[in-house]
Amino acid sequence: MSHRVRISVNGKAEEADVESRLLLCHFLRDQLGLTGTNVGCDTSQCGSCTVLMDGKAVKSCTILAVQADGCDVTTIEGLADADGLHPVQQSFWDNHGLQCGFCTPGMIMTAVEILDRSPDASDAEVRHGLEGNICRCTGYENIVKSVVAAGARGS
Amino acid sequence: MGRYVGTSVKRVEDPRFIQGKGRYVANIQLPGMVHVAIKRSPEAHARITGMDTSAASAMDGVLAVFTGQDFKDGGCGSLPCGWLVPDTKVPDRPIVVTDRVCHVGDSVAVVVAEDPYVAADAVEAIEVDYEPLPTVIDARGATDEGAPLVHEEIENNVSYHWALGDQEACDQAFADADEIVELELVNQRLIPTAMEPRAAAAQWDAASGEMTVWTTSQNPHPIRLLLSAFTLGIPESKLRVISPDVGGGFGSKIFHYPEEVIVPWVARQVGRPARWVATRTESQMTDSQGRDHVTVCKLAMTSDGTFTGLDVETWANQGAYLSTFAPLIPTALYITLLSGNYKMPGVFGKVHGTLTNTVPVDAYRGAGRPEAAYLVERLVDLAAARLGRDPLDLRRQNAIPKEDFPYQTPVAFLYDSGDYDRLMATAADNADYAGMRDAQAQARAEGKLRGVGVVCCIEASGPAPSAVAGSLGSAVGFWESGEVRVHPTGQVSVFTGSHAHGQGHETTLAQVVADELGVPLESVEVVHGDTGRINFGMGTYGSRSACVGGSALVRSAEKVRAKVLQIGAHLLEAAEEDVVYDRDTGRVHVKGSPDSGKDFGELAFAAYTAHNLPEEMEPGLDFTSFYDPANFTFPASSHICEVDVCPDTWEVRILRYVAVDDVGKVINPMIVEGQIQGGIVQGVGQALTEVGAYSDDGQLLSGTLLEYAVPRADLLPGIEVDRIETPSPHNPLGVKGAGEMGTIAATPAVANAVLDALAPLGVTHIELPLTPERIWRAVQAAGNGA
Repeated sequence: MSHRVRISVNGKAEEADVESRLLLCHFLRDQLGLTGTNVGCDTSQCGSCTVLMDGKAVKSCTILAVQADGCDVTTIEGLADADGLHPVQQSFWDNHGLQCGFCTPGMIMTAVEILDRSPDASDAEVRHGLEGNICRCTGYENIVKSVVAAGARGS
Repeated sequence: MGRYVGTSVKRVEDPRFIQGKGRYVANIQLPGMVHVAIKRSPEAHARITGMDTSAASAMDGVLAVFTGQDFKDGGCGSLPCGWLVPDTKVPDRPIVVTDRVCHVGDSVAVVVAEDPYVAADAVEAIEVDYEPLPTVIDARGATDEGAPLVHEEIENNVSYHWALGDQEACDQAFADADEIVELELVNQRLIPTAMEPRAAAAQWDAASGEMTVWTTSQNPHPIRLLLSAFTLGIPESKLRVISPDVGGGFGSKIFHYPEEVIVPWVARQVGRPARWVATRTESQMTDSQGRDHVTVCKLAMTSDGTFTGLDVETWANQGAYLSTFAPLIPTALYITLLSGNYKMPGVFGKVHGTLTNTVPVDAYRGAGRPEAAYLVERLVDLAAARLGRDPLDLRRQNAIPKEDFPYQTPVAFLYDSGDYDRLMATAADNADYAGMRDAQAQARAEGKLRGVGVVCCIEASGPAPSAVAGSLGSAVGFWESGEVRVHPTGQVSVFTGSHAHGQGHETTLAQVVADELGVPLESVEVVHGDTGRINFGMGTYGSRSACVGGSALVRSAEKVRAKVLQIGAHLLEAAEEDVVYDRDTGRVHVKGSPDSGKDFGELAFAAYTAHNLPEEMEPGLDFTSFYDPANFTFPASSHICEVDVCPDTWEVRILRYVAVDDVGKVINPMIVEGQIQGGIVQGVGQALTEVGAYSDDGQLLSGTLLEYAVPRADLLPGIEVDRIETPSPHNPLGVKGAGEMGTIAATPAVANAVLDALAPLGVTHIELPLTPERIWRAVQAAGNGA
C-alpha cells in the first residue's frame, strides 16, 4: 500500500508516493538520488545513515519514509551553504577525521547535533556522543579531534 | 628531500567524502538496472533435497530465479584458490551450490527483480528442503578421529600441512634449556567488518561483447584475471573491472567472491544492468573472516633469560572452502614471523590447515603476523614472570641489536633494518614506564587491579619478491605497476596498480611523484582502481602500496626525468653532462647557470610537438615501470598499555596507550599516524570485544553488529603515537608498510596489560576477547571464588 508523503529535504519540498515499508534511507538514496547517506548495517548499530530530522540526528534506517512525512530532513548533501563547507566538514578535512569515508557523512551529521547541544563538548563528551556511530578505519582518534576542534572554532 | 614527502599534506580525496559524493559501488545507478538478491543457507552443513522457486518466480517484479545448476550450465567455473602449498587439497567451491551447503551463508539461489524490496521478498518465497549433515567447527577438533567430514574426499578435514625452521636446533634448545614456558592458546575468529558492505554491479554491451563490472575490491586487476580465466569466461580484452571508492577492506575485499561472478552473469542473461548490495548480515556470513588458530607453543631460555628456542604447532581453521589466498596466511605470513624481534637460534613451527563448516578464513589486517606476535609476546611475558624479570628488560636483553642488520632469522626472513632497543627505550620514555610501574605498585597497595603491558613486535610488509612468492605457492606475482604520464602542458597523471580504500594514496603517491619531478602537487592526479585505465596492477594488501606501488612510480619518474633532461640539453644546445634537472623546480638548466634553463612545462610540450627532439628520440612523455621488490620490508613497534580491571564488574578500562612505531621513512606523517591509530583500535578490538562466534552446529552467533562488538568511540581514552625511522634499504623511498603494525602490536599489548593486572590473583592466561565474563571465570578458576 502506498502513501503520499511530503518531506522537506535539504530545504526542497519533495512529494512522493511511497510504500509503507520504505525506509527513509532508501527513500533518500534510491528515490531522491542522495547517495551521500550510506547504509552500513541492518540493525541500526553503525550510524552511517545518520541524517538530521527536524534538527535531531536520527538513523535513517530506523525511520520509515512515512514517519518523516511533514518533517525537515537534512542530509550530508544539504549541510553546507552554497559557498563552501560546513565548519564540521572543514574540521574533518583539517584533522584527518576520515579514511575510507563511508561512515563520514553519518559521523558529521551526528557531530553537528552534538555541537548543537553542547558547543564546547569535551573529548570525553564527544566520545560518548559518537557511541552510536561506528568507524572501522580511524580508531576515532581524529574524528574526536575534528569534532572538538569544530566546537572550539564555534561551528 | 623534496617539498612534499615528509609533510602532512591534507588529503586531496577528502572533499568528495565530506560532502557525501563518495563513489561507492552501491551508489551506482544505471538506466534499467535490476536488483540481485541471494538466497543464503541457514544450515551449516546439509544436503539440498528439494527447492521450489515457483512462488518467487511468479511474483510481480521478479525477472528470474537462478539455481546453482543454471550457473554451472551457463559456463561459470568454480572459484579457484590462488595460493597452494605442496599437496594442498582444494575443495570445489561453486559460485552457487547445487546439492550441498557447507556453511551458513553459502549461496543457494539467485533472484533478479525490478526493486530491491521485491528481490528480498522473492528470496523469502524460495523454499529449500535441507537434510542436515553433521557439522564440525573447531580448527583442531576437525582433525579428531571420527570428526564429521566437511568434504568427503578430504581425509581428516586437513587441507595441508606446512612446516618451517630448524627443527634440530629447536629440539636442541629445549633439551639444553634451563627454563621452558609453555602455552596453549586460541587466536579467535574475527570478522573484518569494513563499514561498506560488499557490492557488485555490472553492465553488458551485447553489441560489442564488452562487460563492465564494478566491485568493492582491493585489487580489480587480479579479479579481472580470475573472472576471465576461471569463473566468468569473458576475455580480459572485453572485461573491464572497476573498484571505485571502496569503504574499507582490511583484507576482506582482496578475495574473489561468488557475487562478482553472479552479477555480471545475470546482467548478460537478462540483458540489463544489474546490482547486488550485501546487507550487513550477509557480509558477516560471507566476507572471508580472519585468524582462528589453536596453538600449542613453548619458549626455551637459559637461566639468565637468553631466549634459545621457540616451538610452535598450530591448527589453522580455513573454513568450508579455501578462499583466494587462504593457505598463505598461516604459512608464509605466520611461521616466518615467529622469531619476532629477538635473537633465537632454534625456531620451528608447523601448521595444519583444516576445513570446517564455517565461513572461509583468509587475510584480515595483519594476516598471520598478528597471530605470530600474539603468541611470541605472551610467551615472553610468561618467561619474565618465571624468571622474576621486568618484561621490558627481558625484551631489551633479547632484541636483535641494530648492528646485526640485515639479520637472517631461522625462519627464512632477512630483516632489512631496525633499532629495537631504541624503539623500546622511546616507548618507555614516552610512557614514563618507571613511573607507571611505581603507580602500579601504589595502586595494588590500594587494592586496585592495575596492569602494564609491554610489547615489541615485528611485521613483514610489502609483499613480495615474485619469485619467492612463487616458490612458496603463489599463483601470481607481487610486483606493482606505475605509469607516469606527463601531458603536453606539464600536468601529470599517475596510474597505479595499487588501490586505495581509505589509505589516502591519491595524496601520498602524488607527493612522491611531485617531488620526483619537482612539480606542484596540484598538477599531479593519481588514478587507481580501473582496469580500463591502468594497464595492470596487483592491488593493495600487506601494507605494500608505498613500498611496492610507490617504488614503481619512482622508477617511472626517473625515466621521465632522464628524457626531460635529454630534451633540455638538446634545446639548450648543451651536452647532457653539462645540464642538471633541478628537482625542486622541475627545470633543466646549464650547470652553474640556473637562469638559462627550460621549465618542466616547456620541455613536456617539446616532447609532444616533436619539432626539435634529439635524433632518434620518440615523441611523448609517458613511462611505465613494473617494480618487483627485492625483499619484504620489516616495520617494528613497541607499545605500552596501562589498564585497570574493575574488581566488581571485571571490566577493563584502558588508562593510557603509548605507541612507538618504526615504519621507515614517512611520506605523510598525518596519514601514517591515522593508519597506526586505526590499526591499534582494531587490535584492541581483538583483545577486548570481538569474536566471530559459532555454535556447535555451525550457526554464526555474531552475524550482526549487535553481537559482533567492534570498538566504539569510548573504548579508549586516546592514543599517544610516536615513531622512530630506520629507512628500509630495500626500496628507493626507504619506506616500510604502515597499515598493519598497529593491529599487530595492540592485541598482545592489551592482553599483557590485563594479565599483568590479574597476576596477583594467580591468573596466567585467558582466551581473547577479555570480556568481563571471561575475566570473572578465570579469576574464579584461579581459586578466588567469593
